[in-house]
Amino acid sequence: MNDHSQGEIEPFSDPGLPAHVHRRADHDPVAEKRAERQVATLFIISALSTVAFIASFVGIKSDQYVFLPLLGTTNAQQLALGIFFALALSAIGFGAVHWAKTLMPDTEQVDLRHTMRSAEVDRRELAATFGEGASDSGIGRRSLIKRSLGAALALITISPLILLRDLGPLPRKQLEHTNWQPGSRLITDPGGIALKAADLQVGGVAHVLPELPNGRHQTLDDLTRDAVLVIRLRPEDLHLNAERTNWTHDGIIAFSKLCTHMGCAVGLYEQQTHHLLCPCHQSTFDVTTGASVIFGPAARPLPQLAITVDSEGYLVAQHGFTEAVGPSFWERSI
Amino acid sequence: MSDTKSTKGSIENGAFDFLDERTGIAKALKNNLRKIFPDHWSFMLGEIALYSFIILLLSGTFLSFFFVPSQEEVIYHGGYAPLAGLQMSQAYASTIDMSFDVRGGLLMRQIHHWAALIFLAAMIVHLLRIFFTGAYRKPREFNWLIGIGLLTLGIIEGFAGYSLPDDLLSGTGLRIAEAIVQAIPLVGTYLAFFLFGGPFPGHIFISRLYTIHVLLIPAIILALITVHLMLVWFQKHTQYPGPGRTEQNVVGYPLMPVYMAKAGGFFFIVFGITAFLGALFSINPIWLYGPYNPSQISAGSQPDFYMGWLDGLVRMAPNLETHAFGHTISWNILIPALIVPGIFFTGLALFPFLESWVNGDKSEHHLLERPRNAPTRTALGVGGIAFMVVALINGGNDIIATHFGFSINQIMWFSRIGIFLVPIISFVITKRICLGLAHKDRDTVLHGRESGRLVMLPNGEYIEVHEQISADEKWALTQHKQYNVIAGQTNVDSNGVQRATGFKGRTRRALSKWMYGEQVAKPTATDLEIESGEH
Repeated sequence: MNDHSQGEIEPFSDPGLPAHVHRRADHDPVAEKRAERQVATLFIISALSTVAFIASFVGIKSDQYVFLPLLGTTNAQQLALGIFFALALSAIGFGAVHWAKTLMPDTEQVDLRHTMRSAEVDRRELAATFGEGASDSGIGRRSLIKRSLGAALALITISPLILLRDLGPLPRKQLEHTNWQPGSRLITDPGGIALKAADLQVGGVAHVLPELPNGRHQTLDDLTRDAVLVIRLRPEDLHLNAERTNWTHDGIIAFSKLCTHMGCAVGLYEQQTHHLLCPCHQSTFDVTTGASVIFGPAARPLPQLAITVDSEGYLVAQHGFTEAVGPSFWERSI
Repeated sequence: MSDTKSTKGSIENGAFDFLDERTGIAKALKNNLRKIFPDHWSFMLGEIALYSFIILLLSGTFLSFFFVPSQEEVIYHGGYAPLAGLQMSQAYASTIDMSFDVRGGLLMRQIHHWAALIFLAAMIVHLLRIFFTGAYRKPREFNWLIGIGLLTLGIIEGFAGYSLPDDLLSGTGLRIAEAIVQAIPLVGTYLAFFLFGGPFPGHIFISRLYTIHVLLIPAIILALITVHLMLVWFQKHTQYPGPGRTEQNVVGYPLMPVYMAKAGGFFFIVFGITAFLGALFSINPIWLYGPYNPSQISAGSQPDFYMGWLDGLVRMAPNLETHAFGHTISWNILIPALIVPGIFFTGLALFPFLESWVNGDKSEHHLLERPRNAPTRTALGVGGIAFMVVALINGGNDIIATHFGFSINQIMWFSRIGIFLVPIISFVITKRICLGLAHKDRDTVLHGRESGRLVMLPNGEYIEVHEQISADEKWALTQHKQYNVIAGQTNVDSNGVQRATGFKGRTRRALSKWMYGEQVAKPTATDLEIESGEH
């Protein structure tokens, strides 16, 4: 024990419970009667509020709206139901608490505690009982039964895990694939209109998806992989190597819209600074240098989509993405 | 028996007979109806958590009658005109329907969401009360662990709940959760595919999440709460120190009628206040966010507060990734989203065991400690709060930036440095405040209280008269236990037992010095004698 008081006399001793101070309602019949009336009044308020609740449910039109200062416009019926429900509940609560505080005895009482540890005799008896039970079962002697049971129990936990196998398909290469193919047209999202280079002014941005074969519509799963941002800058503002410059068309550059950090849509483009900002965790990408990370938790640039124009002047992909889009994963290789 | 005449105050009535002859409940009730519970406002914090959980069960059951947990795409034709004709999932459409076309539906949704916030907030404040008063000490370590488990489950349950409506905001949150799972080395991609039934978002996740939210986690929470309360019952509630309150007794009021009325009434008050919030204050207006679409996002995306610290940690993480041997490890996700929270919660869970190992105290404790009398622990707790607050502030960095005219970069760098510095500064300041307060207590016991009366002595000197404090107050200020630093000089302790000299022993001595090296000794009988000799 490292008890500081060991060997040192405690300066003060416990004076014991202080004398009880009575409340007014304990000795004044008028105060007592008043408290009783207050409690009853609260319970009656609750009952009346429930009546008003029912009236609001039946009587107020569901499409009526009221304006509340500071709180804005609210549905009148939902508001009335809520207010009367709240009143009915809290009046019961305040009534009960007021009853306890003013009219129920408030003299403090004392219960004794006992240590949690059982008495020695009980512990010894338990040990004896347990020993009897164990020896009756013979688990100690019959090691063949013990070991085979252990093995069976260990193995049976595998069954539910095996059943979980069909929760989903194996990932395989799915995360590395998108619907972007050589020659896929860039269609606007929303709208689905094929984009021509001339449709984009310098400083302009378009949210696009690949045009799917056979007129198939995009599902949410498609959007999660295919979403692309197209931005048009002055060609001299882009600082890319020869290969990446080749992936642009006359200052038009395309990136995957999915943040390389956690996959949010990188939706904010600052025209003046050419920065792309992800609203989730504020990763910031510089469009002029191929969407390299200049701030925030993202570790990789946004994947660039190689684009060009086809014979009719429509913007198309030269080929699919050369790396997986979206957040990192264990199997991802660069 | 049934023909026994029932008199006033008698229990010989038919209904009771029926029950007792089948359950023998009389004995259990006899011993427990008048069980004594101590009274203090801070003991209501856990009650608030319990009651808001009941409110969540009630309001959630109502919502489940209208919610359709399906990602099947439908065209909206309900009563909310701005969304008419839009494609959306059934989950989102049914949530809109219950908000606009079910009487009281919006109210119940808002009560449910407010109750969830209150549930989490109450659990956190309850945990802080337990921590700062040392209520987790023996024999209550199990309840501490159960409490940490409940808080963790509550956070997951809340996140699962607000993710169900499949709106743009919550879908973005799920995308982030999926990225966290996917970032786990080796198995992450497989886990994510199994969870979502394929690549994100898939078609099955909302219905799976629904089962988790309405069945799996609530059942575990309910079971844990039951054990939590049973332990409180058997171990009897802790009490604050004071005259007449000892380690061997519990001073307070009987369950029947006082706590039946007070606690029962308090349930209605908590429910009433939650209903007021639900009636007046709009929360999670999903019709403004629109249905989820992975290629869209709204600026200023914010999780609920109990997830905000996690988001804040993720936002401030350095952009580290390891690429080697054809594999990727995302430290920028693993560190803030899994490793740091893991260390924080594990440390929190193990603290009672660590503390009793360091001070060697294996005795039962039923009297609570005043935070100032355990200065290092109190400072540690405030440091932990500071850590969470900096993380939470960074979780709202975009909102702060737009409202107060800072740049995102400034706030991010403040947080990146502050997450280390602010907890340390808070620790030092808190410890000084605790020691100062303990000094004041010692002075008050020894010299009495400043009375504010100035007296001029015959020689012209002014003194302030000090009033002796009452015996009750003296006891309250000196009853606490203090621990000594383990002396490290000899290899044998005072009982002649060989001291551990290895790494474990050295660690323990260092921690002991850190925790108990600086404290204000409470007045001893000798101090008092010297003091009375002076005057």
